[in-house]
Amino acid sequence: MTSRRVLLASLAAAPFAGAASALAQATQVTGAGASFPNPVYQRWGEGAKAAGIELNYQSVGSGAGVNQIRNRTVDFGATDAPLGQQQLAEGNLMQFPTVMGAVVPIVNIPGVADGQLRLTGELIADIYLGKVTRWNDPRIVEMNAGVTLPSLAIAPVYRADASGTSFVFTSYLAAVSEEWKTRVGAGTSVRWGTGAGARGNEGVAGTVRNTRGGLGYVENAYASVNRLAVAQLRNKAGQYVRASMEAFQAAAASADWNAPGFAANLIDQAGATSWPIVSPTFILLPTNPQDPARIRAAMRFFDWAYTGGDAAARELEYIPLPDAVKQQVRAAWGRISVGGQPAWPAR
Amino acid sequence: MSATTSPTGISAVPGRAKDERASAALGRRRARTDAVVRVLCVLATAIGLFFLVSILATLVVRGIGGLSLHVFTDVTRPPGSHGGLLNPIVGSLIQVALATLVGTPIGMLVGTYLAEYAGGSRFGGVVRFVSDVLLSAPSILIGLFVYQILVLPFGGFSGWAGVAALAIIVIPVVVRTTEDMLRLIPNTLREAVIGLGAPKWKMIVLVCWRSAASGIITGVLLAVARVAGETAPLLFTSLGNLNWSVSLSQPMSSLPITIYSYAGSPYEDWITLAWTGALIITLGVLGLNVLARGVLRARR
Amino acid sequence: MAQVVVAEAVPAAPPRPATRRGGGAGDAIFATLCRACAALVLLLLGAIIVELFIGGLPAFRAFGAAFLASSEWDPVQEVYGAGVPVYGTILTAVLALLMAVPVAFGIAFFLTELAPAWMRGPVGTAIELLAAVPSIIFGMWGFFVIVPVMAGTIQPAIIDTVGELPLIGALFQGPPFGTGLFTAALILAIMVLPFIAATMRDVFLQVPGVYKESAYGLGATRWEVMRGVVLPYTRISVVGGIMLGLGRALGETMAVTFVIGNANRIATSVFGPGNTIASLVALEFGESAAGSMKLSALLALGFILFVISFGVLALSRWLLRSRLKG
Repeated sequence: MTSRRVLLASLAAAPFAGAASALAQATQVTGAGASFPNPVYQRWGEGAKAAGIELNYQSVGSGAGVNQIRNRTVDFGATDAPLGQQQLAEGNLMQFPTVMGAVVPIVNIPGVADGQLRLTGELIADIYLGKVTRWNDPRIVEMNAGVTLPSLAIAPVYRADASGTSFVFTSYLAAVSEEWKTRVGAGTSVRWGTGAGARGNEGVAGTVRNTRGGLGYVENAYASVNRLAVAQLRNKAGQYVRASMEAFQAAAASADWNAPGFAANLIDQAGATSWPIVSPTFILLPTNPQDPARIRAAMRFFDWAYTGGDAAARELEYIPLPDAVKQQVRAAWGRISVGGQPAWPAR
Repeated sequence: MSATTSPTGISAVPGRAKDERASAALGRRRARTDAVVRVLCVLATAIGLFFLVSILATLVVRGIGGLSLHVFTDVTRPPGSHGGLLNPIVGSLIQVALATLVGTPIGMLVGTYLAEYAGGSRFGGVVRFVSDVLLSAPSILIGLFVYQILVLPFGGFSGWAGVAALAIIVIPVVVRTTEDMLRLIPNTLREAVIGLGAPKWKMIVLVCWRSAASGIITGVLLAVARVAGETAPLLFTSLGNLNWSVSLSQPMSSLPITIYSYAGSPYEDWITLAWTGALIITLGVLGLNVLARGVLRARR
Repeated sequence: MAQVVVAEAVPAAPPRPATRRGGGAGDAIFATLCRACAALVLLLLGAIIVELFIGGLPAFRAFGAAFLASSEWDPVQEVYGAGVPVYGTILTAVLALLMAVPVAFGIAFFLTELAPAWMRGPVGTAIELLAAVPSIIFGMWGFFVIVPVMAGTIQPAIIDTVGELPLIGALFQGPPFGTGLFTAALILAIMVLPFIAATMRDVFLQVPGVYKESAYGLGATRWEVMRGVVLPYTRISVVGGIMLGLGRALGETMAVTFVIGNANRIATSVFGPGNTIASLVALEFGESAAGSMKLSALLALGFILFVISFGVLALSRWLLRSRLKG
């Protein structure tokens, strides 16, 4: 009887022992927020395991991420929509960028291949305003000579959750369409006039893939992973560009990082080959951290990402930050203190 | 029907033939209607059963692949790291167990009040009505309520808030079954016990509760089955926790919440885990339901 | 059911005052405890109503009575209105009932009259098990199994045929997202189906046999007995059961959130995306900062949902009162 009790007790304790030993090997860093950089964060998480850091990141959308770090339910928050100085001060947060990425329009039209369809910002704005409803609308046909467009209803898809990707996309639409700017505006959550909502970049990609006639906007990595057809966009210089690393880099080259909170604006940049919708994505860390171990673990993770994560980022077609910016960020980390000691460099 | 009608339906009396043809036609029409309705009802039942089978089949097909001991022994990990569901399972067990522990005594006392003390009083009627409303009220509103009183003032999501929300859902179920079971006990038993000199409270606790035990246990099992699958109230109270934590004053993970977030993610292994978690919950919930029915039938 | 063995009558023991006095204190304590818990339940309901109202008060004050009807939901301008989610809630619930009630009736009729005796138990249990499946399972099954079928097959087929008709075509137009108000109503229908069926079955079984037998004796078919005897007799309880199903459908969250398309607009087509109060609150709660107008609007919506479901559930219970007492 006793041996059976011992056996049962040890069986009951086994999962806990397993979990405890697994956790003892690596420090966990938890984060939540934007789905825009999720592919590269997950890739960095895999790489950082070798450095003894385990990343647990949930892509719940920029809005929810900001809320979670405000509530301190996670170690860091991630957002593509930068917070203003006042919001940062109110939440005791510091903000810094990690990578830059691009938002691309995706379509699901039978017979139209990747990179074949041409669209402009004003046209997309009009589609999302409900003014253009069929793929064989004269305006679309006119700019797509040589492409057979069926008489299919356009199924616009947008982000139902508060999303930094939406912020980037609507900022672009507001920049190129006066009507969009006045009627809808830019934001993580706007009043969409038509279309269906989906959760996360992954939801938009999935919905467009499953809906014939679908049109959506996602971060570039989601388009390639899901094998979705991306459309060309006309940039500020009047050229139609395909979504490619070169086009993204051309836009990123003119970033002004001196804006407060590192909030550089890369929308609709000049340049013959620039992609018009590029944006940095940001991390929010508390300026009044309570737990030294957790804040240092978070900083160590991003430091690892800065030093060793560029290759993975480029592979996923994100643009790494210039070295000078990385140095500025590290200096900003040094200004955070925990328990009376500066949090960075981590000992 | 005329007595002169021959078996062939042709009447010996002239002029009646038209009536009898009409009534025979009516009879055929009624039989046809009856047959059509029968077929439709069988179809309706088949539809209902089809959906049940489809749901269970989907759960098994998509979730059994991920089912292994590993799911029960490893914590949640990032996608691609072959994690498990240990902390959500433990978090769910803790919250459901505590909610049942808190809600059952309260529910039993209220049910006892309604059966033994209230009689036909208006107060009793109002309490019964309110309990029934709470029984069917949207659980998301319970979550919002607990958010207002236990999360906002204390500045954070916590396991205690989750327990409170689930307990509020447990109470009306236990109230209903306790009252129903106690009402089934014949008054002769009560009179006999009182006649032997026992005080009323002993009569209730030692005799009535014991007689109704199987029914009350059924109610508790059904309540557990109900709260084990609840997601919406936990969204606003215990929120979910990516880390391993058994602290009730911190956000606590739970299986339904984890399923919700994994199901919406783009990662194959997380989606499979979501299905596995869904399979675990459904087997648990259906198992509890079958067990509850078995308990009820066994003591009958 | 408790089995009670009735003991033979024994002569009552002589009264023992000591026991009764001690019992008196215990009785008082126990009775007070029971009453206090009963009062707690009342307090709970009151507190829920009050807290939801207080939470929503800033929104009510800012937008006034227009909040109830306004179909604005503009986070940029911070203008919110309940019109869209209320429309979605009521529409999906009504559509769900339209689909569920005939099927539930068929099941109840089958279980009470048509099925052979050996089948009634297992099939009845199976239907009740459908009721026990958690809401999130319905949501996942709906999203991963039903939505692709709708998007790939059913919606395109209906849009291309019925959608082209002159008048009612407008109800079936639009892109085939797969999600939408109709899909949500379908999932809701499957969810409330077992509740309505079980209630109907219970009330059908309560019809005194003598009424049915006399009808059969006159040569009535089963359907005629149901239509002419059982349904009129149980009419009120049947409506009560339907209201109970309605009450559940109004408040469903997880099943609906996955499949409704999450749009804050009133769509003319049933295939269009929308939102119910529950799905909107579940979706946007996580991103609403504490103390913001958006959060207050969500709590105000919660209050409205409570009022609606309270009304429906109260009506249902009043109609079922005769069944409950029986």
